[in-house]
Amino acid sequence: MSQSLATVAYLGAAILFILSLGGLSNPETSRRGNLFGMVGMALAVLATVFGPRVSPAGVAWIVGALVIGGGIGLYAAKVVKMTQMPELVALMHSLVGLAACLVGFASYVDTSIPLQGAEKIIHEVEIYVGILIGAVTFSGSLIAFGKLNGKIGGKPLLLPGRHWLNLAALLIVIWFGREFLRAETVEQGMVPLMVMTVIALLFGIHMVMAIGGADMPVVVSMLNSYSGWAAAATGFMLSNDLLIVTGALVGSSGAILSYIMCNAMNRNFISVIAGGFGSGAGTPAKKGEAAEPQGEAVPVSSAETAELLRDAKSVIIVPGYGMAVAQAQHTVYEITKTLREKGVDVRFAIHPVAGRMPGHMNVLLAEAKVPYDIVMEMDEINEDFPDADVAMVIGANDIVNPSALDDPSSPIAGMPVLEVWKAKTSIVMKRSMASGYAGVDNPLFYKENNRMLFGDAKKMLDEVLTALKS
Amino acid sequence: MQTSPVPQPQRIGVPRETFPGEKRVATVPDVVEKLIKLGFTVTVESGAGDGANFSDDAYRAAGAEIVGDAAALWAASDIVFKVRPPSSDEVALVREGTTLIDFIWPAQNPELMQQLAARKATVLAIDCLPRTLSRAQKMDALTSTAGVSGYRAVIEAANAFGRFFNGQITAAGKVPPAKVFIAGAGVAGLAAIGTAANLGAIVRANDTRAEVADQVKSLGGEFVKVDYEEEGSGGGGYAKVMSEGFQAAQRKMYAEQAKDADIIITTALIPGKPAPKLITAEMVQSMKPGSVIVDMAAEQGGNCELTVPGQAVVRHGVTIVGYTDLASRLAKQSSTLYATNLLRLTEELCKAKDGVAVVNMEDDAIRGLTVVKEGSITWPAPPLKQALAPVPKAAAPVAEKKSSHGTGAPMSAKTLTIVFAVLAVLFWAIGAYAPVAFLGHFTVFVLACFIGYMVVWNVTPALHTPLMSVTNAISSIIAIGALVQIAPPDAGINGRPDGLILWLAFAALVLTAINMFGGFAVTRRMLAMFRK
Repeated sequence: MSQSLATVAYLGAAILFILSLGGLSNPETSRRGNLFGMVGMALAVLATVFGPRVSPAGVAWIVGALVIGGGIGLYAAKVVKMTQMPELVALMHSLVGLAACLVGFASYVDTSIPLQGAEKIIHEVEIYVGILIGAVTFSGSLIAFGKLNGKIGGKPLLLPGRHWLNLAALLIVIWFGREFLRAETVEQGMVPLMVMTVIALLFGIHMVMAIGGADMPVVVSMLNSYSGWAAAATGFMLSNDLLIVTGALVGSSGAILSYIMCNAMNRNFISVIAGGFGSGAGTPAKKGEAAEPQGEAVPVSSAETAELLRDAKSVIIVPGYGMAVAQAQHTVYEITKTLREKGVDVRFAIHPVAGRMPGHMNVLLAEAKVPYDIVMEMDEINEDFPDADVAMVIGANDIVNPSALDDPSSPIAGMPVLEVWKAKTSIVMKRSMASGYAGVDNPLFYKENNRMLFGDAKKMLDEVLTALKS
Repeated sequence: MQTSPVPQPQRIGVPRETFPGEKRVATVPDVVEKLIKLGFTVTVESGAGDGANFSDDAYRAAGAEIVGDAAALWAASDIVFKVRPPSSDEVALVREGTTLIDFIWPAQNPELMQQLAARKATVLAIDCLPRTLSRAQKMDALTSTAGVSGYRAVIEAANAFGRFFNGQITAAGKVPPAKVFIAGAGVAGLAAIGTAANLGAIVRANDTRAEVADQVKSLGGEFVKVDYEEEGSGGGGYAKVMSEGFQAAQRKMYAEQAKDADIIITTALIPGKPAPKLITAEMVQSMKPGSVIVDMAAEQGGNCELTVPGQAVVRHGVTIVGYTDLASRLAKQSSTLYATNLLRLTEELCKAKDGVAVVNMEDDAIRGLTVVKEGSITWPAPPLKQALAPVPKAAAPVAEKKSSHGTGAPMSAKTLTIVFAVLAVLFWAIGAYAPVAFLGHFTVFVLACFIGYMVVWNVTPALHTPLMSVTNAISSIIAIGALVQIAPPDAGINGRPDGLILWLAFAALVLTAINMFGGFAVTRRMLAMFRK
């Protein structure tokens, strides 16, 4: 295959990738979209393997690597639970980051293509930046993975003067970058490159450690974006347009997702993308600043909940991370099915940051066979709460906190929330009265039309289901 | 009661209502159980629940003691729950230090207030609850009673009305739906709107407070506006008296509605004033024969000129229902709701759950309720201090914050200029110094970013997780980088360390292959689950 043919094949692959993302605009076309992605990837890999840049001697290695990696990947994809999707995605980001580092190093030690002058400098800058992004993505994603599966505590680790630390790290990286460009030989350049890699790894760890559990959706999509930029940087390094295009697609996709997540939490985009999470906005809220809610929470039993649901005409269910933790989505579906058979209109309201990654709740509900046309986004359904008889909140807290709208002193003021209190009755399913990640007390619990159903979500919902069926 | 050094559980007494025709009772067996859980003992007069279908046995089963006569009950009780204001006979039974919880209407019953004060009792008038306190809503007996009355008003209307409420197409021909007009969309009016709409009638409603229009609509009614500009909210959620011009316009609207409607339900009340006369004799005359008017304001003189309080009469072929005991006609329901309201109040009074009620005058809700405290009249309560004042203040910064927060809104011209300036400088720098080869890639990169931006905004939020996993799979395109390094044709040239590069590239290829296969496979698995 000639260079031109390979290039055309790359172009085709790039188009297929764009179509792949475009297909996700609708669940109907999404399966085809994924297929486009696979075809594009196969096309790109085959064109490369049979192209001018790979000699036949390498094919055995390539096949071996693909079989090993592919086997692991397929196995992981098969056994992963849908609640663990955020962990899997974070782990995969780290693989991309690590691969980008390795390719960067390999490219640096490769002396077969001699470059001179500006081209050499640009090439080395590309390597330097590519490894930098790759290393940050790698370590950051690993920490995110640890946080998501609970191996590392969800609490943000806030080192004193962490912004200064980050700034110092940046200055060191720039200084070593200068050293790196001045280096005459590969051996000389290796020292600054190594130092930079270590700093980048530490920076990635530090960045994600400083972020609390509730902000995980932003972090995961941000790392998604970084992995794209890493691929784009690799593309520059290797003068490969397909890598650049794909990296840019992935990078902007992740950036948009983080932007949406930031908006949904009323956070500043710039401070998040920089990883610092600003000074005030990102730190967890102090307790007791907001006005103490008045009144008391009215508890309710699962039998009474079942009665409320049965008597309702319209029910809106608001799932949160608590539902995922309790693995309650299947019971939720059973309840939904039972109610729908009785002629109750059941819908789901999904807050953009519900769960631990964008769209996490949708996937969990889809897994439990909830039809996607009754799963609504916040903007679609928020106006319908006044018409709903029952709004049932399962394991969510901050995303249904009315003080975000009417208490300007609240740490989450201005964050868009699901207005469940406008329903005739709202039922909040929770283990205890503890506050959510933002550490803010929730006046919803004390509202006159709110009832609290205390207990493990799965156990309580099972009881509700039994009561509904009897 | 605070004077006793060792707190002893107090006794709650529930006498039989003595007012003629009153069927309600101030507590129900379910609530008795909960009161006992709070530490109180409960005594119920024999036959108190008969009108509401609660037998003595049911109370006994719930843990209450039953006593035969009222005098013994009043003498033994520390706290008395009642529905109707006490009659003069009952006032004579009030023992010193008793706490009476009841509807009192102190403005209308000044004499009763003096008598109760003379008995050195403490009186909590459930009708004096500060309704604007959100915490107080669970105790709001006026609301629950009004809701029951509104429902019953529609049922009474249906009873007196000779036709279906809902439109039907039968083999015998088409039946048009009944047209119901409801004057006043307070709690009772809203309950009536909901009930009538549920029966299938066409419901129209009017209120001087324009802000209730949305509530009317949400219940399935249509809001009829008076063609005149004036705001009728009198503070605290009540209506006020309107100007002459407004009243003229309102009369005109009512006259039109009277001609058209089959059923009119009036609920217009202004606190402390006689009910406004909304429906004149001429309007009644203009109604179709067989129409029904239910006048829920009959007790305060009625909204219709021809209303006879307490009776249903027929005038000009129109049945005018002026029952003053609508809530009592649904005795079981209204008793249950009232009992729950009193339970919530008792919980507020007895936070320690030790069976001793404490009337805490520092508490806004309790202060508002307490009209007589140990023999001295404490009515009317001072207006609520904090409840209303900070609201407008608090609302302003939120709005401000929203508008100043630029994330959702388009960028201001100034920001936009700065962004463009920075980009221009950046582009100039790249153009001036970068080699041609780089520029080609750079062009591709920038355009690809834009394409990505356009495409990804179209992705439905429901598919954001699959989006992430598919982009993740796609980003394993880095594999290409590893592929071209594994065994290029020009290996070995210029002292290229082939072995090292091979292993680095091989490792990178394994990693990306995990991502590639795993990412696409898991995306596929997820997407397969999305079903209609």
